[in-house]
Amino acid sequence: MADASLFEYLQRLGDDRLVLGHRLSEWCGHGPILEEDIALANISLDFIGQANLLLGLAGTVEGKGRDADALAYLRDPVDFRNVPLVEQPNGDYAATMTRSFLFDAFDYLLTRDLQDSGHPELAGIAAKAHKEATYHLRHSSEWLVRFGDGTEESHRRAQDALDELWRWTGGLFLADEVDQALHARGLAPDLAALEPEWKGMVSELIGRATLTLPPVQPITARGYRRGDHTEHLGHLLAEMQILPRSHPGAEW
Amino acid sequence: MADESTDPGQWPLWEVFTQPGDGKPHEHAGSVHAPDAELALQNARDVYTRRGEAVSLWVVPSAAITASSPSDAGPFFEPGNDTPYRHPQFYKVPRGVKVF
Repeated sequence: MADASLFEYLQRLGDDRLVLGHRLSEWCGHGPILEEDIALANISLDFIGQANLLLGLAGTVEGKGRDADALAYLRDPVDFRNVPLVEQPNGDYAATMTRSFLFDAFDYLLTRDLQDSGHPELAGIAAKAHKEATYHLRHSSEWLVRFGDGTEESHRRAQDALDELWRWTGGLFLADEVDQALHARGLAPDLAALEPEWKGMVSELIGRATLTLPPVQPITARGYRRGDHTEHLGHLLAEMQILPRSHPGAEW
Repeated sequence: MADESTDPGQWPLWEVFTQPGDGKPHEHAGSVHAPDAELALQNARDVYTRRGEAVSLWVVPSAAITASSPSDAGPFFEPGNDTPYRHPQFYKVPRGVKVF
């Protein structure tokens, strides 16, 4: 019998990475400078590569013959399990780096502990992902410090981005019975235990960047891991999915 | 021609050296633009080492490099060509020496 909790959990992991990877790929050819354009394309490919492995495994666990492509291209927004943070539009480069930093710090901690998963294949994917996450975090952290502690304009843009994006971080640590069940089986880390460490990392860096943590509380609506999304995901998926949906089975 | 490494509209230029393996010398790979050393290192990593080409990276501000100019080529390098006895090929290997 299919392991419904594990299938659900793998989609959460995979969809965060697929959606953020797609968002970052939108910068390809539009980066502020050649070197950053290449860096973001690399990071985007890291995430899409991870999503490919995670959704591939999800399809195997589900056991209905769906592969990573079927899950990525043929599900509707309501079936996607990513947090709202990763689907937010790119905005300017400060907003893109702020969104990446908030996710990368989370991803760094999650993949670090997920390497101890009792599921060998998932632990292996996490080991590969953690090396990449460590670099992603370094990249986005360095940029956030430079924007925050840069010019008056770069500081304003980074603070605006943080004020706008902070509310969407609530979904990251939303642990429901799926997370709890997997944690109890030794397959996944305890999300609640990671949250204080994440807050410490984020506060430290935001301080270094001379930015201020917004006074608002992040939104923690339960639906954020169950298919509730902001208006942006539908538009993103329309663009990402149109080719395989218009030409089923097309190869190129 | 404006010196790109000091143009205020551009980030400074950095020369990138990659080490292909432990114990091997760092070799010049190319250059990147970056606002400071840490980001130069990151840019170099993304541009030159993504496919496992290196185990170590150096970045050096291009402005810190003093280069010989093309007009130096004659006085610098040609005397060596006029003194062939400085090259090992100048000497015949004695008949008794068979294996090198």
